[in-house]
Amino acid sequence: MGLLSKKDQKLILDPLADDNPITIQVLGICSALAITAQLKASIVMSIAVLFVMGVGNVVISAMRNIIPSKIRIIVQLVVVATLVIVVDQVLKAYAYSLSKELSVFVGLIITNCIIMGRFEAFALGNGLWRSFLDGIGNALGYGVILVIIGFFRELLGSGTLLGFKVLGDPIEKTGLYSIGYENNGFMLLSPMALIVVGLIIWVQRSRNKALIEEN
Amino acid sequence: MAKTDGNVYTIVFATVMVIVVGGILAGLAQGLKPAIKENERFEKQQNILYAMGVNENGNSTGAVNFIPTDRVEEEYKKYIKGTYILQGGKLTESAEAFKVDMKKQSKLPKSERKMPLFVGERDGQEFYVIPMYGKGLWDAIWGYVSLDKNLVVQGAYFDHKAETPGLGANIKERYFMDDFIGENILNNGSFAGITVAKGNNDPKNLTKDDNEVDALAGATITGDGVSAMMKSTLKAYVPHIKNMK
Repeated sequence: MGLLSKKDQKLILDPLADDNPITIQVLGICSALAITAQLKASIVMSIAVLFVMGVGNVVISAMRNIIPSKIRIIVQLVVVATLVIVVDQVLKAYAYSLSKELSVFVGLIITNCIIMGRFEAFALGNGLWRSFLDGIGNALGYGVILVIIGFFRELLGSGTLLGFKVLGDPIEKTGLYSIGYENNGFMLLSPMALIVVGLIIWVQRSRNKALIEEN
Repeated sequence: MAKTDGNVYTIVFATVMVIVVGGILAGLAQGLKPAIKENERFEKQQNILYAMGVNENGNSTGAVNFIPTDRVEEEYKKYIKGTYILQGGKLTESAEAFKVDMKKQSKLPKSERKMPLFVGERDGQEFYVIPMYGKGLWDAIWGYVSLDKNLVVQGAYFDHKAETPGLGANIKERYFMDDFIGENILNNGSFAGITVAKGNNDPKNLTKDDNEVDALAGATITGDGVSAMMKSTLKAYVPHIKNMK
């Protein structure tokens, strides 16, 4: 990371762990619950958010001195919505099958509170380069958690990873299933994602006591 | 910051923003429209061919493999022998069948609906491909089911707009769609459709004459949507396919 100064490195690395948007700030929970039943969906969503956050933060940062403060939230919303629609249309024209995979997520990206949160809290007050790094960092932090949840939910719920039957075939009773293992269908339901998020928060706070709030 | 706080500035900014953004999006949508329309046409051809067993699945299990888009146009012309529209109980041959918008038709009363039928031929056998459109849990679901002369399902393809990934979205997975193959839509000579049934205790779908396929866990409403869509659509075609023999 010789390219980046210490301060810039923090922008990328902090959201990955001690300032994670999901586990510490508890933002973006809705999409983390909705789409993590499969690892592949988690990865696709992470990449989509990475793009929208990176570009969106730069656009807001470039406009930060001319945005009227009274309507800044609306301006932010317009920027996110425009970016998402542009991406959606371009994919539909040139990468149709990928756009079909993404269809469910388009609406979820616009309403993702992490994106609005970073626009408001960071891009409005910082320069282009730092805003870009902040966007990338937060999107990665979001993505890491999504991938962890997706990994456990797909593995324990369906016995597959990215669609591959890693634990054997539940109907033919091969692999683990031959000794009586069963998939936990519960893992496929949204509430279990919340419990997985809770477990991640527990692990994270027990490793870093500084994160525990005083009562 | 003072200059950006005024009412006049705010209104001018909002107006300019709306015009600029509106212009960008409208221009983009217009510019990309032909490419998007073509993709949608290829997709429909791929779906229809898939339902009648013209696909690149080979002996693989698992993934859905369509005829690639660069070949789908000629393959479609090769296999599809006739297109028909069923409207008000009358079946007429029509070249417009491919262009029928199922979403628009689903809003019309049943007697006025245009219901397309694609007749294909593969290896000397006739296939009757029926498009359908219905409701899942969150949004629309649709699909193509091909029948043979005896009204036995030869293939099915389902798709959806916004079903939950990992749950209802699995209606477009092979292990769900392939279960329909071999099921009869009649039961003792009268129409029964095919029901996506929970607890039919036949996960490998060995019983082909029970008008049931195994449901997806955690996707009750999507499965019920598929059952309802099949029941409401297929029935109207039954007498006509019998007559086409």
